[in-house]
Amino acid sequence: MAHTFLLEIGLEEMPAHVVTPSIKQLVQKTRKYLKEQRISFDDITPFSTPRRLAIQISGLADKQPDIDKEVKGPAKKIALDKDGNWSKAAQGFTRGQGVTVDDITFKELKGTDYVYVEKHIAGQSVETVLAGLKDVVTGMTFPTMMKWGSYHFEYIRPIKWLVALLDDKVIPFQILDIKTDRQTRGHRFLGKTIVLKNATDYEDALTKQFVVADAKKRKSEIKTQIEQIASDNNWVIKLNPDLLEEVTNLVEWPTAFTGSFDEKYLTIPDEVLITSMRDHQRFFYVLDQDGKLLPHFVSVRNGNADHIQNVVAGNERVLAARLSDAMFFYQEDQKLTIDDYVEKLKSVSFHDKISTMYEKMQRVAVIAANLGQKLGLTDAQIKDVVRAAHIYKFDLVTGMVGEFAELQGVMGEKYALLNGENPVVAQAIREHYMPISADGDLPESTVGAVLAIADKLDSILTFFAAGMIPSGSNDPYALRRQATGIVRIVRTNKWHLDQEMVDAAIDAETSANVAPDLDQKAQVKAVGGFLKDRIKVTLLGEKVKHDVVDAVIGGPNTDLLDNFTIAQVLSDHQNDDDFKGTIEALTRVLRIAQKADKSKVTAVDTSLFDNDSEPKLKAAVDNVAQQASELDIPAYYNVLAALKPVINDYFDATMVMAKDEKVKNNRLSQLSQLSDLILRMGDLNQLIVK
Amino acid sequence: MTKKLSMQQIILTLQQYWSAQGCMLMQAYDTEKGAGTMSPYTFLRAIGPEPWNAAYVEPSRRPADGRYAENPNRLYQHHQFQVVMKPSPENIQDLYLNSLKELGIDPLEHDIRFVEDNWENPSMGCAGVGWEVWLDGMEVSQFTYFQIVGGLEVDPVTSEITYGLERLASYIQDVDSVFDLEWGDGVLYGDIFREPEIEHSTYGFETSNQKMLMQMFDDYEGEAKKQIANGLVHPAYDYILKCSHTFNLLDARGAVSVTERAGYLSRIRRMAHSVARAFVAKRKEFGFPLIKDEKKRQALLKDGEDKK
Repeated sequence: MAHTFLLEIGLEEMPAHVVTPSIKQLVQKTRKYLKEQRISFDDITPFSTPRRLAIQISGLADKQPDIDKEVKGPAKKIALDKDGNWSKAAQGFTRGQGVTVDDITFKELKGTDYVYVEKHIAGQSVETVLAGLKDVVTGMTFPTMMKWGSYHFEYIRPIKWLVALLDDKVIPFQILDIKTDRQTRGHRFLGKTIVLKNATDYEDALTKQFVVADAKKRKSEIKTQIEQIASDNNWVIKLNPDLLEEVTNLVEWPTAFTGSFDEKYLTIPDEVLITSMRDHQRFFYVLDQDGKLLPHFVSVRNGNADHIQNVVAGNERVLAARLSDAMFFYQEDQKLTIDDYVEKLKSVSFHDKISTMYEKMQRVAVIAANLGQKLGLTDAQIKDVVRAAHIYKFDLVTGMVGEFAELQGVMGEKYALLNGENPVVAQAIREHYMPISADGDLPESTVGAVLAIADKLDSILTFFAAGMIPSGSNDPYALRRQATGIVRIVRTNKWHLDQEMVDAAIDAETSANVAPDLDQKAQVKAVGGFLKDRIKVTLLGEKVKHDVVDAVIGGPNTDLLDNFTIAQVLSDHQNDDDFKGTIEALTRVLRIAQKADKSKVTAVDTSLFDNDSEPKLKAAVDNVAQQASELDIPAYYNVLAALKPVINDYFDATMVMAKDEKVKNNRLSQLSQLSDLILRMGDLNQLIVK
Repeated sequence: MTKKLSMQQIILTLQQYWSAQGCMLMQAYDTEKGAGTMSPYTFLRAIGPEPWNAAYVEPSRRPADGRYAENPNRLYQHHQFQVVMKPSPENIQDLYLNSLKELGIDPLEHDIRFVEDNWENPSMGCAGVGWEVWLDGMEVSQFTYFQIVGGLEVDPVTSEITYGLERLASYIQDVDSVFDLEWGDGVLYGDIFREPEIEHSTYGFETSNQKMLMQMFDDYEGEAKKQIANGLVHPAYDYILKCSHTFNLLDARGAVSVTERAGYLSRIRRMAHSVARAFVAKRKEFGFPLIKDEKKRQALLKDGEDKK
């Protein structure tokens, strides 16, 4: 007979962001457990609210299938004594297997006879198997764990009750002092504790107690209610998926309601209003049909509609207090000019081992101007990026950002415009923080992109120079994220940024007298490696083959964009018919060139040539060297690949390690030259060619 | 809302209620501090194996939050109603919700939520897990299960409930500014506290003697360390509290740079760690008198020599 089993873990309110991953984990761990236990079932239905994680397993078998299994014992010569009687070893073995010596048969294995017995293992009952779910429940892991009372056990929040019901029977087990039972609890205020007759009653029984246990249904219920409100009022409400998910996991019985705030607050920038509503109060904000913010909000109560006017009034009051603060800051902040704020940044520390924020801006202005020129910005753009760099952190000392830290940059843009800065400068101030997360949006404007690179590069260089280099999971200043930001911005804008440019920017800081009292130069190589490491992570994430990634990252090319292009080109050619031959020819050059004593490498002396292949190779290498700086990477690869026959002929005809020292050095010099040219395509030795 | 309780009626109601739940009614501790958690009735008593149930009002001074009585919700000094129960009772959430009912807040007429908020006080080496309690969208209490106090893992766990009395009262009395709250008998909060708010804001932001405060911090720190070495836990703890408040005054004055700030905080943290250890040792010397189960008490007195 097919059975249904219900498991419910009742908890004090879990953090909203933990609920969905936790129920997934419970389902996954249960599935794995049942599979290991070889017991069949049809499906697992998940239920989750802030106060419960539950699963309903349908179509469960009565028991595990029986198993007949052959077990190997000792060798025949050990199993029988010299008189042909069963030895202690044989008797012990059979006892251990729950059979008798009469059950023994012999079989040959690799020329030796061994004892074998047939063993019948009866499948365990479904009740026994399900009792083992205790370990699944206690084995759950959570991002934060806590202890409570006098227990040492740790969990996401205290466990309050456990339901384990197989059809109409309780499956007994116990965690701490809590025994499994058939009692579940309804909504904290509207519902009561109820007794479940059968595992299948769960969802309906809870609905009667004001709990929508199915998270999907709860979410869709909230969505429907909000959409209804929107259509009744002719509003547009954007259902931010993260907020909807969070709200779903904050309530068991959702009732959406609307509230309003004084129209006078609409003079505050939308971002501030939205942050106050969405991030601080978990409200949905409301737009009119033209996308204009309206002085209303929608929130969701954990309860029914009774006395909802209290809830509305309370929420309106809280929002009004927040907006009144925001309005105050907005007005106060405008009493000072940007120059006043910049002045204040002279006493705000960027990091106490590095410099003030003001000094950072001075450096970033020099870096941005220096990079901007090389990246082909117009004079006007360079002027804008320099202006932006001189002021871009000013909003950090405004009252609004002091109160709403998440609005840094956003308020910078607003206040810059109010202070008469041009829109390009203002936009760059906002965009310099981007990307805010590993895959967050990038700056849209060129000026913003250059400022973003300069700001991040300065942070990485100065932190490295001050000895605060990320290691392992220790990256308190999120320098890896900033490095990823640089890599993504140059890639998207197709900008060439290499170590030489970084060196030049540092020199420019020194000449402009804004360099920090730190040795940044000594860190350029390490920073280059740090950036390349981010490229590696990016490429592997894009499923570029490991050997290609290793070849790219292992090469000496420090141009970030080139690294991406090389990876692309090598990947594109990997399936060429002659790829193997080409790479073998090129890597042969790399290997032999390694034998060259760098101090003895000279210009190639044609008078030392003794066969035809030598001048041919020289001509070919000179030709590549001449074109190298003009060719793009795909074309450069083709030029290198075309060397294959010349290289092969050369090695067929030429003994590089000649006895004559002069001849040998001449040949190694030739190959070194070629090797340097090849390495621009990466360390091809890392490629695996089949 | 059926009745509008005055501030003092709210305090009396909470005291009445929590004493009935087995809490001892302590009095506010007479050394300046930033939060009820820093009272020895919470900080020290949360450490070690002895049970502890207490409730008290704690005036909490936060010099940087002073607003010259011009902001309706921000104060140099506000009042917390603090409840600590160790080990945390199984029904602590229900006990809390019932306390709201005592104040006339019927959960069926409001929206009450437990929203995740993990609390940390790095300068005192404390961390806990819990919630902000929202009443119709307003945070009216902090609810914490302490996990680490003074750098020591707690065992058993203390549950702490901190009611923000001004906020709660503003809600109950339906006023927009704390200065309009009725403290009792027709006397308004502003009648009592407007002047000290203005004066303390002026002092904290404008006229405090930085040099003297810095010197005092050093002196208090020296004294705290000396008294820890002498095994005098409570005098030492008083000086740690004085250090903390003195630092807060310096910080409000903008006299502390970012570098120095970290330095001051780590000095306070080190003292908090050593006083926590000293407290447990001292309680053990006294024989953990609050443990009434004799067998357990003897076992605890015997073991643990190797634990620290």
